[in-house]
Amino acid sequence: MRYLDKTVVGLSIAFLVLLWADFFMAEWMRFVGLQSLSRGAVALGLLVLWRTGLVSFGHALYFGFGAYAAAMLTLIGFHDAFLLVFAGTFSAGLLAFLLGFLLRRYRAIFFALLNLAFSMILYGVIVKTEELGSTDGFSVRAPTFLGYAPEGEAVQTALFLFTLVFTYIITVGVHLYLKTTLGGMSMAVRENEIRVEYLGYSAEKVIHYKYVFSGLVAGFGGAIMALAIGQVDPDSMANWTVSGEFVFITILSGIGNVAATYVGALVFELIRTYAFEYAPQYWQFILGGSLLAIIMFLPDGIWSLLSRLRKPEGARGL
Amino acid sequence: MQELIVILVDGLVFSSYLFMVAVGLTVIFGVMKILNVTHGSFYAFGAYLSATLIGIYYATDLPEFGGFVAIFAAALIIGIVLGVILERCLLRFLYSRDEHIIVLATFAMFLVLEDVLIMIWGTDPYFAYQPVGVLGAVDIVDMTFDVYSLTLIGLSGFVGLGLWLGLTRTKWGKLLLAVIFDRELSQAMGINVTRVFLATFVIGAIMGALGGAYLAPTISVSPGIGVEVIVLAFAVVVIGGMGSIPGALIGSLLVGLSRAVAVHKLPEVELFVIYAIMALVLTFRPEGLFAPPQARKI
Repeated sequence: MRYLDKTVVGLSIAFLVLLWADFFMAEWMRFVGLQSLSRGAVALGLLVLWRTGLVSFGHALYFGFGAYAAAMLTLIGFHDAFLLVFAGTFSAGLLAFLLGFLLRRYRAIFFALLNLAFSMILYGVIVKTEELGSTDGFSVRAPTFLGYAPEGEAVQTALFLFTLVFTYIITVGVHLYLKTTLGGMSMAVRENEIRVEYLGYSAEKVIHYKYVFSGLVAGFGGAIMALAIGQVDPDSMANWTVSGEFVFITILSGIGNVAATYVGALVFELIRTYAFEYAPQYWQFILGGSLLAIIMFLPDGIWSLLSRLRKPEGARGL
Repeated sequence: MQELIVILVDGLVFSSYLFMVAVGLTVIFGVMKILNVTHGSFYAFGAYLSATLIGIYYATDLPEFGGFVAIFAAALIIGIVLGVILERCLLRFLYSRDEHIIVLATFAMFLVLEDVLIMIWGTDPYFAYQPVGVLGAVDIVDMTFDVYSLTLIGLSGFVGLGLWLGLTRTKWGKLLLAVIFDRELSQAMGINVTRVFLATFVIGAIMGALGGAYLAPTISVSPGIGVEVIVLAFAVVVIGGMGSIPGALIGSLLVGLSRAVAVHKLPEVELFVIYAIMALVLTFRPEGLFAPPQARKI
């Protein structure tokens, strides 16, 4: 690379700062951080899809699948975080690969709703499976890390470190990928699919790639979430409202930059945590209200605040 | 044989319930191209207000059949108040935006309204079973059904027929069809599209609220009833083809009857049989069973 990529530099700095902060952070901050990274990863997948013009209202499918895959492995005696997260990620990715053959033929609202249908099938299966705790779910024991078995607060510290490293790699990877030809094709497919095909690329294949990727990261996010909160249950992992929250984060962050998804996820998590803390009855009200405010007044997401600051008023639109 | 009849009646009742909720959603989608998540809130608000009004009504000494007036009054009040507020204060600012953004805006509004509901009515469940008691029960081949649930079949048939006649036989309906067919051209021809949109949205809202209001006496009205109903309605509408009233009818029959079969024969699959049908239909007919074909944009 001939010049330093600003986003990669920014991500690396944030990564190092968080790495260092991990050892001092209060427990609740680490918890919020873990949740943000987990949801941020899912939103990252949605961002990649959104650039293709597709919005999924059903990514709780892969989130929940990843979470349950990881959690089920702990039931049969596997507790290594590496194994669990890889299993969650790749099982969700495999599912996305298979469903992708069907879903890549769909666009617009039909894509969104078919995803919703599949995610509700998973929800239905989980709710009806007594062995998996039905609507209560089941708890997940603290993981070990390649033989290292931390206790107490050290579990979260280690898990945060683990998550941080992987999200960093994934995020930088996505950023670089979006700059390649295949990555750049997203926008082309969104703008005019038929012309893309005339140019000799297969739009469906482009979409399939992105879909599998979004499934992988959603599975990753789900597995992390299962380990972070030590519990899996259908209503907070696989219900349609969860998918709605992911799309919410994507809107909140805007699709301008990969780093934005984590900022968006963090803002989402903070709104939720504080709303829950100070007005437990009205947290949905506050969440919905902020989403409306974003849609109305900040249509390009939080990230657009940055570019607004950077560019003087007159220069916009050039 | 006996089981078959029970399944059939159960299925028809459930189908009617689905049709009541789905038809409003499909009308709104057909005209405005908006997938309205707040439809779940219309349902929930309708149910709550209906339960409250029924409670107030039966506390007086008025004739007991009058309770039904309370149900329809609740649906009208909620549909008009919420419908007008939402369309005028929120949706009209979003018509030019991406369809996903509009869905998300209605999702946000749905979240807000969920808590408004709790602010007004609290978290305790409401029961308003008096109208069910008024109509009593009836035996069909040794099985007891309450008459109230059976009237739901009649009501949804009436609503469906009314909508269909309104759309195809009145001037108003023809204006609406024109808007559905081509929004811009009908505007150019002098149709007041703004007003058509408002009216459609309010009618759709009244339908949603009526679904909730009429069902309130048969369920325990508690927080969260909107969450469940909205995905069911989505499934029905998607199966039938978005924006199509006959589609909503077929969709609700398909879903209602298969769910009844599942409940009686294979209870484990009850919850996801609906979404399995939805996925299956979409796989073979992406636009739903009854949606008009769309030209591909170049």
